[in-house]
Amino acid sequence: MSANGKVSVATMWLSGCSGCHMSFLDLDERLLDLSKLVDIKASPIVDIKFDQMPEVDVGIVEGCVNNDEEAEHLRHLRDRCKILIALGDCAIMGNVPALRNQFRLADCLTRGYVDTESTQIGEIPSDPVLPQLLARARPLQEVVKVDVSIPGCPPDADTIWYALTELLAGRMPQWNERNLKYD
Amino acid sequence: MIENQTITINPVTRIEGHAKITIHLDAQGEVDDARFHVVEFRGFEKFCEGRYFAEMVQITPRICGICPVSHLLASAKACDAILGVTIPPAAKMLRELMHMGQTIQSHALSFFHLSAPDLLLGFDSDPATRNVMGLIAAAPDIARKGIRLRKYGQEMIKATAGRKIHAEFPVPGGVNKALTVAERDELLRGLPEAYEAARFALDLLLGYHEKHQHEVESFASFDSNYAGLVQPDGALELYDGNLRFTDPHGNIVHDQVDPSRYLDYIREAAEAWSYMKFPFIQKLGYPQGMYRVGPLARLNLCTKIATPKANAELRLWRANGHAVRTSSFFYHWARLIEILYGLERAEQLLHDPAITSTDILASGTPQNADGVGVMEAPRGTLIHHYWVDEGGRVEKVNLIVATGHNNLAMNRAVRAVAKKYVKSQRLQEGMLNRVEAAIRCYDPCLSCATHAVGKMPMVVELVDAAGAVVDAAARDAA
Ligand code: SF4
Repeated sequence: MSANGKVSVATMWLSGCSGCHMSFLDLDERLLDLSKLVDIKASPIVDIKFDQMPEVDVGIVEGCVNNDEEAEHLRHLRDRCKILIALGDCAIMGNVPALRNQFRLADCLTRGYVDTESTQIGEIPSDPVLPQLLARARPLQEVVKVDVSIPGCPPDADTIWYALTELLAGRMPQWNERNLKYD
Repeated sequence: MIENQTITINPVTRIEGHAKITIHLDAQGEVDDARFHVVEFRGFEKFCEGRYFAEMVQITPRICGICPVSHLLASAKACDAILGVTIPPAAKMLRELMHMGQTIQSHALSFFHLSAPDLLLGFDSDPATRNVMGLIAAAPDIARKGIRLRKYGQEMIKATAGRKIHAEFPVPGGVNKALTVAERDELLRGLPEAYEAARFALDLLLGYHEKHQHEVESFASFDSNYAGLVQPDGALELYDGNLRFTDPHGNIVHDQVDPSRYLDYIREAAEAWSYMKFPFIQKLGYPQGMYRVGPLARLNLCTKIATPKANAELRLWRANGHAVRTSSFFYHWARLIEILYGLERAEQLLHDPAITSTDILASGTPQNADGVGVMEAPRGTLIHHYWVDEGGRVEKVNLIVATGHNNLAMNRAVRAVAKKYVKSQRLQEGMLNRVEAAIRCYDPCLSCATHAVGKMPMVVELVDAAGAVVDAAARDAA
């Protein structure tokens, strides 16, 4: 809990398309209601210094784990949150970013940075300033314990709203045919 | 004695993606160089190989959840070209309408949710509240207007495509859902409020320009070439059209270039220190061939805008002899003018009786060995190019995304701001935020940039001549 009695939340974007975060923003006017109940302490939509990342009640993660920095950030969040939510199919099972797992990483990099038809000056990025790619993109649960999963690519705003309001009421969201239908 | 130093900003926040910035100082503590590093790689150009071409419209939008519509449509256009079909007029209108929805929502997000906190709460205000949630607390009415304008764009996408994010609507040969009369009328009902919100945002921004004229005009201002699509008469175009390239003074260098010939004009370089490649104009070479794309470029290079309200704003853009606007800050202004265009163009489409036609799909089998689809995404020109075998299986994929074209320019912008605001070894909050703000002007879509590539938080590290970090400040996009 924040000092003001609100539930504190951090959201994190790993290897995903940001569509899950956009779906969260599709809460639209419900964001105004949500802001009375929760404090967003860290998120791609706010500024925060990493070494000051506070303990939070809820961590929400989009995307899978693609490189060493993401694994470290995820563990860091896991250590500091009570409930960890995997938001969307990339976080839950790898989804589209994990399509690269059927190819060798070196082949993916060579195609991207050397072989594409428009590339004239090719070089595979290797500077130490960049994170190290993992051999395979991995879903969250291969790296840390996940408490709640919200499926969908992306889960729509109503689904996210349902899950958050259930958790705020102290209940576990229950998935059924009705709330998992997105079209 | 001060050694050479590097400042690293990691991550860049309130932008859609994952990145680092390093600022390198020389022995005198002056800024020597600044680099914008994109830190993720996903590999779309490889892992799409072997897929049936019609699947590409489902896979490639997962490059980016902010502008999935642009990827959907660029992909669908590349697939149309492989089929060798001309899509029915109503399908083209519906795709364009969907695209106007996306332009409106994406630009509204950039302005209200991501940039307005700087403009309204101040660059030097407390970082803990300098965000959309802080804006909700400090100025709920303004936040609500922004939220509702973005929502209107998203609703336009949903009405046409059935779903707000990752819809399955454009398919090779057309679209798979007609627009009902009820859906059309609902969209028309929302227009007046959307116009009002767009006008409000423009007045807010122009008011800011007046108060901070010097800073606004000089903010990461530099010469560059420009590229983007235009209509046959040179008017602003977002869905279709041909490519135009202009020089730093706005003179046309190449015009009405068939987009499928992009390889004759644009090449890319890769650098060891970023997962985002660096496109350049081939004739000018690397890195001299730097060009900018996106809202600022489109307004600088178009001859006019074919809708009246937006065209009146373009005249202000060009007032007082401004052939081109060079300050990166004016991306915000250009974005708001394009929201107006998006609303006006949507209104035209919605008033055309053909929009509710159910003749929306041309069928066929693959006729061509490759296909190119080019769009003006919110952030600039987007290119999808696929090669297929006789059965329609994808053999190769080449993608050049909007944010990629601006890579050289963003690096240039960061360098310009760093030179102005980083004066000593000390890192101050307002300075960091301005360096980030320079990036935010370009509204870089790092999900896009990292298709081959990744995403973007921010660390600033100050590194000395020996390579040791002497001071660091970090913000995590977490
Ligand atoms: S689950 Fe889908 S919407 Fe969410 S990040 Fe992954 S690809 Fe994007």
